[in-house]
Amino acid sequence: MSNTTHDVAEHRFRQHHFATAEQQLDTSKIGMWLFLATEILMFGGLFVGFGLMQGVYPEAWVAGHHHLDRVLGAVNTVFLLCSSFTMVMAVHYASTDQKSKTVMNLGLTLGFAFAFLVIKYFEYSHKFHDGLLPGRYFNLAAVGGPPQIGIILISWIMVRANRGDFSSAYYTPVDLIGLYWHLVDLIWIYLFPLLYLVS
Amino acid sequence: MADIITTPHISGHADHHDVDYLHDGKGLKSWLTTVDHKRIGVMYLWSILFMFFLGGVFAMMIRLELLTPKETIMSAETYNKVFTLHGAIMVFLFIIPSVPAALANFVLPLMLGAKDVAFPKLNLFSWYIYMAGAFIAVAAMVTGGVDTGWTFYTPYSTTTDGSVALMTFAAFVLGFSSILTGVNFVATIHKLRAPGMGWFDMPLFCWGIYATALIQVLATPVLAITLLLLIMERTFGIGIFDPKLGGDPVLFQHFFWFYSHPAVYIMILPGMAIISEIIPTFSQKTIFGYRAIAFSSVAIALVSFIVWGHHMFTSGQSQLASAIFSFITFFVAVPSAIKTFNWIVTMYKGSVAFNAPMLYALSFLLLFGIGGLTGIFLGAVSVDIHLHDTYFVVAHFHYVMMGSTVIAFLGGLHYWWPKMFGRMYSEPAARVACALVFIGFNATFLPQFVLGSRGMPRRYYNYLPEFQALHQASTVGSWILGLGFLIMAGYLFASLRKKMDAPANPWHSRTLEWQTSSPPITHNFHEIPAVGGGPYDYYRPVGNGRNA
Repeated sequence: MSNTTHDVAEHRFRQHHFATAEQQLDTSKIGMWLFLATEILMFGGLFVGFGLMQGVYPEAWVAGHHHLDRVLGAVNTVFLLCSSFTMVMAVHYASTDQKSKTVMNLGLTLGFAFAFLVIKYFEYSHKFHDGLLPGRYFNLAAVGGPPQIGIILISWIMVRANRGDFSSAYYTPVDLIGLYWHLVDLIWIYLFPLLYLVS
Repeated sequence: MADIITTPHISGHADHHDVDYLHDGKGLKSWLTTVDHKRIGVMYLWSILFMFFLGGVFAMMIRLELLTPKETIMSAETYNKVFTLHGAIMVFLFIIPSVPAALANFVLPLMLGAKDVAFPKLNLFSWYIYMAGAFIAVAAMVTGGVDTGWTFYTPYSTTTDGSVALMTFAAFVLGFSSILTGVNFVATIHKLRAPGMGWFDMPLFCWGIYATALIQVLATPVLAITLLLLIMERTFGIGIFDPKLGGDPVLFQHFFWFYSHPAVYIMILPGMAIISEIIPTFSQKTIFGYRAIAFSSVAIALVSFIVWGHHMFTSGQSQLASAIFSFITFFVAVPSAIKTFNWIVTMYKGSVAFNAPMLYALSFLLLFGIGGLTGIFLGAVSVDIHLHDTYFVVAHFHYVMMGSTVIAFLGGLHYWWPKMFGRMYSEPAARVACALVFIGFNATFLPQFVLGSRGMPRRYYNYLPEFQALHQASTVGSWILGLGFLIMAGYLFASLRKKMDAPANPWHSRTLEWQTSSPPITHNFHEIPAVGGGPYDYYRPVGNGRNA
């Protein structure tokens, strides 16, 4: 990679209070990790409440789990794991100046995310129909904002990647949103056994 | 590293770079769209001072009502709402953002020799979130009010009338403002220290703010989810906290105090951080035990997460849990005492100047001593069973929240006022106000220790006739306190009408924020300072001693 594009990218995206682009990337990453910690703690509260109620009402929990389809849950888990993989690839290609592969992998990530949401939509409408939402058992699932937020963010960096904003000198947003998307995946990995696999 | 030290200062464009931050851009819009940490700090300052005024008015109303048993100026229902609003406003809208979001926002980057905080736009965004939370809180007040107390205990909070959901939502929103400030400061301290400034070259204020920011980031989300669940319980009846629906009200208490006890340290640690600056400056002496003070801040932050159960000794939690929580609570006294003794020793053989900030710092030492030690009483399970929910508790936490944090905040305000606004206030008036605040505060809250130990329950509207004399002493004290604040508002506003007259370093401090002009230029420093020595090298000559 030539030195001039490096300098141009530094000049365009480096904010005035940072001495170097590297310092800016490191700082942004610290900020993102801290934010992810807050998300985990928020869900941590829900998990604690969930675990406690499960101990108090074990029969209700088993009954609640019968309303969920394990196969659909497993398919969704696979979708999210795949989306995390394509996200990693997108970050890799963005950091190695491969624009078209970046855009393609972001597109694939979006595709998996939408597939996940479509399945969720059918599950939710079914539970609304059964009168289970909102309720004690399913309030964990009700805080389902993160995937939607993730989709908006991934779309945004896809547009920017397509525009050629990112290069090995500056790919901070791809990196950060990648981290966020892995968190969505991670939370689901915990939710899946908690909600679908209890018996 | 060499390229970091080169600065963007171009002598040809001196006029833009030399304008102080107050005059760089005119009009309301230039303030509302600013990303300058100093301007955002000032906007926060005026916002929280307004909230302090509002919460203070409610406090005066509470004290006036308690002048006599039964009705004095308001009904019992109004009284419940007034003390709830006093607590909620003071905690969520004033104390928590007071030092971090207002004062630290202004001075932290300056102390580190940075041009701004790590995420300037996020910083502005957090102010807007704060304002949104404030408006929602005001909306909750005018649309029915809240009578639950600031702790929102279930099941009362899920069944009572009024705007509980809206007020809870306001606290939820304000929590995010606090989280973003915390994220910003942690990243700033990690990555934006001036070249050559290691962790142990930072002023101790930065250590205190770092510990605070960690708690803000790690505790506040739990409050957020708790309040969200409370709102869902109230609106949909999901049955997690309300025993009628099969929920567990003690779970709410656990969740609430898992945040709200660390939140106590969100309030006190920045106060301690300010004291660690004022005492060496006005003693003109190197701080004693730098590392001990720095590590004790972090120790307090860590221990703060495992003491929440001491709020729940009477909730029916197991005796073993109570004993463990009690023991860990005693442990908090160790780092606090380490700090206190180090501050006292710092003054020993120093050339102590009794300017207004130092008077506040000395008041802090005394009041924090009382507030902290009465906390040990309450941390002992058997004593707490007797004193639980009495005025003793009220007096204890006011000695910590107001006698320590607010006093330290006022000390910091007086200390950095010349830096923030470029003007000196009237020193004699400031000393008088400080004396009145100190006397008024003690007159208000010392009698409450006695009231509590004799069995006066907190939050009660009515009381037995034998308590009246002490209640009246407390109310008279609140008037003295109010007078002190009135005088303070008078001379501070008067100073703003003067021409700028503050020297760059009126207190002869060695920390970096005093090495730039008062008020600072927009980019803080003409040249990014290269740090050679420690922040408390008072054995060196003042001026460019550190930056040479």
